[in-house]
Amino acid sequence: MLRFIVRRMLQAVLALFVLSILLFAWLRSLPGGVVSAMLGERGTPESAAALRAQLGLDEPLPVQYWRFLQRAVQGDFGISNGVYRGQPALDVFTQRFPATVELAVFAIVLALALAIPLGYLAATRRGGPFDTGSVIFSLVGVAVPVFFLAYVLKYIFAVRMGILPPSGRQSVGINATHITNFYVLDGIITREWDAAWDAFKHLILPGIALASIPFAVIFRITRAAVIDVMDEDYVRTARAKGLRRQTIRARHVMRNALIPVVTIVGLQVGALLAGAVLTEKVFAFTGIGQALALGFELRDYPVLQVLILMAALIYIIVNLVVDIAYAVIDPRVRH
Amino acid sequence: MTEPDVSARDTTTPSSDQRSSWRPGDRKKQRIDALAEAGALSSDEGISLWQSAWRRLRRDPVFLVGLSIVSVFVLVAIISPWLAPHDPSARLLIDQVTPATPIPPAQEGFPLGGDNAGRDMLSRLLVGSRQTLIVGVLATLGGLAGGMILGTIAGGIGGWADSAVMRVVDVMLSIPSLLMAFSIAALFARPSQWTVILAIAIIQVPIFARLLRGSMISQRHSDHVLAARALGVRPAAIVFRHMLPNSLGPVIVQGTLVLAVSIIDAAALSFLGLGNPDDSVPEWGQMLGKAQTFFNSYPHVAVYPALCIIVVALGFTLMGESLREALDPKSRR
Repeated sequence: MLRFIVRRMLQAVLALFVLSILLFAWLRSLPGGVVSAMLGERGTPESAAALRAQLGLDEPLPVQYWRFLQRAVQGDFGISNGVYRGQPALDVFTQRFPATVELAVFAIVLALALAIPLGYLAATRRGGPFDTGSVIFSLVGVAVPVFFLAYVLKYIFAVRMGILPPSGRQSVGINATHITNFYVLDGIITREWDAAWDAFKHLILPGIALASIPFAVIFRITRAAVIDVMDEDYVRTARAKGLRRQTIRARHVMRNALIPVVTIVGLQVGALLAGAVLTEKVFAFTGIGQALALGFELRDYPVLQVLILMAALIYIIVNLVVDIAYAVIDPRVRH
Repeated sequence: MTEPDVSARDTTTPSSDQRSSWRPGDRKKQRIDALAEAGALSSDEGISLWQSAWRRLRRDPVFLVGLSIVSVFVLVAIISPWLAPHDPSARLLIDQVTPATPIPPAQEGFPLGGDNAGRDMLSRLLVGSRQTLIVGVLATLGGLAGGMILGTIAGGIGGWADSAVMRVVDVMLSIPSLLMAFSIAALFARPSQWTVILAIAIIQVPIFARLLRGSMISQRHSDHVLAARALGVRPAAIVFRHMLPNSLGPVIVQGTLVLAVSIIDAAALSFLGLGNPDDSVPEWGQMLGKAQTFFNSYPHVAVYPALCIIVVALGFTLMGESLREALDPKSRR
């Protein structure tokens, strides 16, 4: 077990290392070079020279890479020149991170709550109309661009029907105290129930749009896994023993079929981060996804740099944790 | 066996003999690897894999629906300049475009109305199919070419080349792919159709590379390769004439699926302002991306290109998924 964890962590470190080189190469190939990219349009020849010296651009590449690493470890990614003009780029991440976590957790819970029962039902009715219908539904879900789905939801439920808020994280009139910056959680901690409820309502539409990505994947994995497990000898034995349907479902089928689902949830974090860029833009939801969208629009490279690095870091760490958790659940993978 | 079997579509859970080597977190990789192995196996029914696949496919309604959608799409893309009632870049309705009514409504001769530059929506949709197909095909071919080079090096040479290439490929697979496409597209000061194609092609490279490598490795000890080696065929010829052609099955499956994803991703890039700013030649993703300003007041401007994208992406996905299933020996039992 320990060997597995160590080996898996070494892999993560290697991935991080290659990633840092890719990010460094990305920064160096930005249009107009890194100095004009970081200064934006405000750059004067003097400030460009100062930044050039500060970044050590006259030094050899390995030295520059080392400096880049040092600054990254210290959290120094430069000053935002668009999203939060004049503030450290890292602040954009720290201030907006809770919003995206809140949204992503809501989306993944929603996707799991719908996809697992549907996947089970489809698998047990394999080949029937319900099965065919839900498989096609999941394929349509893949074919719909996420941001289009977001706009459609916003148009129907916010613009036309007006039952859910069209944008933002909380209504303007709400007087809420923010402790953790997880708005729903803040409302619960401070017992400001109206604030919590209002923040939750702002999560629903972007959450549904974002959930469409993991939903299709989780549904298909669950369905395939349930089909596989139902063919296993131990399920036949359980059935032959005359166990009740519910018992077989809970103890034999689902327990084994959910193992692959655990892994896929980890991998979906990456798709969720990319999907959040599109969804948060549609709903002006002030998370890191919207900051990324704004960063691409305004070419705010310091902010893009820190957000891309953090997104990849989160993805690597989540998958590391999932893999270790997985090895604990299923001893077969340790070898 | 003849019944439309939409079931084993995801053969992601490994069979019991593979399970011991199954690594968690490798689902994306494993899915690719399963496909690579499936195509490399030969059929034992005395007919080729393609023949047996075709026998299954021609009775599979899912495949036939996908094939019809794709055929109509390709046909329209080819003949659209003759189908379109108007010139897609002519600002015929420009006098109806005012600050109060930016979108000309449907009218005589313009069944779907115009866009915010007074151009005919129907003609733009019809002609847009061509550019959409070009973006999808070129991005897929680009990804395939890159993947083929890396995959052939890794699977054909093996040894240190294999480990070196696969380390890089696995790290690329570990970055969220759409995020990587955004970052690559942002590298260009002046985005164009080509930068969109390039960004989407690059994120497909590791997938094709892993696919080809897996397929080649599983062939390395198969009879036809051993026979060729025994006959003294040069290693390069074995790779290119004997191993590569036999890897085409999984590549075609993956290519069909990637085509759908490419068209959707191109729309996402346009939506973020990373797409082609020049809209004289229409493309659906670009039309959808640019329609965002009008969505709440004139949703139809976005809905038309979106529906085209959804139907075509679905067509390619249905085709690819039923091909995958037909080529997978496991689902044949």
